Amino acid sequence: MFNFSVLTNWIDNLLRSFMPEWLTVVTECVLIGLVLLLTYSVLALFYIYFERKICAAFQCRLGPNRVGPWGLLQSIADMFKMLIKELISLNHTDKFLFALAPYLVILASMLAFAVLPWGNGLQVLNFNIGIFFLLAVSSIGVLGILLAGWSSNNKFTLIGALRSGAQMVSYEISIGLSVLTMVAFAGTMNVVEIVEKQDHLWFIFSGHLPAIIAFVIYLIAGTAETNRGPFDLPEAESELTAGYHTEYSGIHFGFFYLAEYLNLFIVSGVATLLFLGGWMPLHFPGWDGFNAIMDYIPSVVWFIGKAVAVSFIIIWFKWTFPRLRIDQMLSLEWKYLMPFGLFNLILMAIIIVTNLYF
Amino acid sequence: MISLTILSSTLAVTAALTGIALVFLALWVAKLMAPRSFNAQKGEPYECGIPTRGESMAQFKVGYYLFAILFLMFDVECVFLFPWATVLQDLKQFGMQSLISIAFFFSILVLGLVYAWRKGALEWK
Repeated sequence: MFNFSVLTNWIDNLLRSFMPEWLTVVTECVLIGLVLLLTYSVLALFYIYFERKICAAFQCRLGPNRVGPWGLLQSIADMFKMLIKELISLNHTDKFLFALAPYLVILASMLAFAVLPWGNGLQVLNFNIGIFFLLAVSSIGVLGILLAGWSSNNKFTLIGALRSGAQMVSYEISIGLSVLTMVAFAGTMNVVEIVEKQDHLWFIFSGHLPAIIAFVIYLIAGTAETNRGPFDLPEAESELTAGYHTEYSGIHFGFFYLAEYLNLFIVSGVATLLFLGGWMPLHFPGWDGFNAIMDYIPSVVWFIGKAVAVSFIIIWFKWTFPRLRIDQMLSLEWKYLMPFGLFNLILMAIIIVTNLYF
Repeated sequence: MISLTILSSTLAVTAALTGIALVFLALWVAKLMAPRSFNAQKGEPYECGIPTRGESMAQFKVGYYLFAILFLMFDVECVFLFPWATVLQDLKQFGMQSLISIAFFFSILVLGLVYAWRKGALEWK
């Protein structure tokens, strides 16, 4: 497989050959920042288009088809539309917290985004507590949402933010438990090592029953974590106008929109990383010819392909199931998913100790 | 590999600064492009077109608070399980014995959940 560290090493050596040490580090950090910024915004724009097209297909419509070929430029046009809308300043808001909230929401998704390994040797953050760091930073997002709802001085946003807070913190436990199950199976929290351990078989195959249960729990909890699908009560448009971001206008609203779609990508990226082998091609032990052919597909294509496939399932949830009530949502988490997650962790521990996995 | 030559903390700060820069730049561009007008009605909270009645930062259900406390308890216990999960593959050599000590911790976790359930803390009333 092509190793992208060849490319990054080459850039590193090239910069080092005519720059002092400190300037090299600064230049590389600026380059990394630019790459992150570009991939972040391009992915968000792609996801908005992707979701709108799928939504249209589910409802027997065409979806965006006027701007550019097949409507491909629709989300770019939407971005410009948001930029030229007025940023309304309200009378009774808490000005500082109102302005701070979008920063927190974007910061959380950007930090989590930086942890994902995109391909062989192609990741920004590579350290020994990678997946734990991802869990930690993604929970900053809920702070931004609570601040947005509270500082807007509006009853709808307050209720939306509280619902969102209760939902996100509850489902974070299930996410934590299914990640824990896979960390126990992998024996490491480093994202690159987790991917490299799946080179003979993906974890969802080698971990069989507990891995599949953890995958299902992760998908349900991840959908809730992104405030999407059947769990969209924080922004239930028929009850709360738009939930916690009702009072935000123009690009201020755009940030919440951007972060929501990026969170969808991050949730599916983590599912890919933990269960579906990250950038690792589909390998089966003993099928040498098949494995060799699969190795020809670049690692980036594998990662993005799997992440988009998982996102498709999450979007499918959204257009299939009706919205849950808040008591149903909380009892689903605390009475079903969490006990199942705990039981599944014990099952996984027993399977690891007794060597019953492939 | 770049990650060998730059510390991960530097990279994490880079990612954080990128996030802040994204918001900052977009807001700057929006301020240059967006129109501005004043209207007394515009500053009012949007509550479906009806004038706001009473205090907007109203009381909310205490149930949200209860779930936040439950979350705190279980999430901290999850954090304690992470180091154990990381070394479980190395503990395998001790066989079933390696599970006995964590079973005590686990039973406390499960008992906590059972207690909260029996007390009715998981009901939305």
